[in-house]
Amino acid sequence: MAEITFNDIIKPENLTYKKSKLMTDNVMHYCPGCGHGTAHQVLAEVLEEENLQERTVGITPVGCSVLMYNYIDVDFQEAAHGRAPALATAVKRLMPDKFVFTYQGDGDLAAIGTAETIHTCNRGENILILFINNGIYGMTGGQMAPTTLEGMKSSTSPYGRDISMMGSPIKMADIVAMLPGTCYVTRQSVNTAGGVRKLKKAIKKAVQYQNEKRGTCFIEVVSNCPSGWKMTPVESNKWMEENMFLFYPLGDIKVPAEK
Amino acid sequence: MAKIKGAVVIDQERCKGCEVCVVTCPPQTLALAADVNSKGYHFSYAANPETCIGCSNCAVVCPDGVITVYKVKIG
Ligand SMILES: Cc1ncc(C[n+]2csc(CCOP(=O)(O)OP(=O)(O)O)c2C)c(N)n1
Ligand code: SF4
Ligand code: SF4
Ligand code: SF4
Ligand SMILES: [Mg+2]
Repeated sequence: MAEITFNDIIKPENLTYKKSKLMTDNVMHYCPGCGHGTAHQVLAEVLEEENLQERTVGITPVGCSVLMYNYIDVDFQEAAHGRAPALATAVKRLMPDKFVFTYQGDGDLAAIGTAETIHTCNRGENILILFINNGIYGMTGGQMAPTTLEGMKSSTSPYGRDISMMGSPIKMADIVAMLPGTCYVTRQSVNTAGGVRKLKKAIKKAVQYQNEKRGTCFIEVVSNCPSGWKMTPVESNKWMEENMFLFYPLGDIKVPAEK
Repeated sequence: MAKIKGAVVIDQERCKGCEVCVVTCPPQTLALAADVNSKGYHFSYAANPETCIGCSNCAVVCPDGVITVYKVKIG
């Protein structure tokens, strides 16, 4: 048989992977290699595959992902900083048939929005909280976040986070897992293909649990911020694996009983 | 024995040259070009196209969704 050429392979019937149709054509403003983009892609794939485009309402945070509504073609509402879970509560209670999620950074969810996060999870609102933990305030110039690791340098902890003065990094997923309102709490990643595929399964489970009115689903994605961490994207992913994953280990923290 | 042949199409103008796809590719098919796109990024390209197995790993980790993957079984 003659050698198969590039043009023989790239035919529609051989298509294996293409970005989700729910991703708009807008070029994302994220820095090169930023996990926010990958997390958006996975979320859009699930919304497309589960036929949720027409019945989804996403709540965007304040942080680098504030413009997320430009990138995924579903309905969105913009919340004040940290208030996404409160707004999501209202949307879900008023429109219980909608699939409702928040998408929040660690500054948004674990600093200014701690109260909303905890009480929404405690009330067991039927929503998905997608928590992108990059251990820093990316948008505003790399300031220390409650999630910043011990010893980690940031623009407001230039000598590294000092626990005696600044307290310990906070594990939000473990905290909300203790609350009776959460039904599913898991920690995932987007820096490897395997990680992305696991995150996709986790989001699909959250869709199922929301349909079954099981309570709050909380999915943390341990992610990178190459610009804030002052590393190349590849270096940042390596640093994340060697440091972030030790303090924020990946895997399920709370799973609901099978029905 | 059936063999899998893959191919990637990369939207090089939208690529940000982050290199995440390059280090993720098992057979080391990809590399960053010496050239840059209009934004100044060294875009990703298939430096060793014959080695691609169509696994899609590069495409699923690409934050900007610029890689499309095709594969065929031959033989
Ligand atoms: C009420 C209020 N306080 C402070 C700010 C400034 N601010 C904007 S984004 C941000 C933190 C963002 O960090 P994070 O949520 O971790 O998102 P990332 O950019 O890292 O994804 C802060 C403090 C604001 N916009 N509004
Ligand atoms: S500042 Fe950090 S979190 Fe924000 S887009 Fe850049 S890399 Fe991503
Ligand atoms: S992962 Fe995407 S944006 Fe980054 S270098 Fe590869 S193709 Fe370009
Ligand atoms: S599809 Fe797999 S083998 Fe082909 S370039 Fe992408 S990662 Fe490499
Ligand atoms: Mg952050």
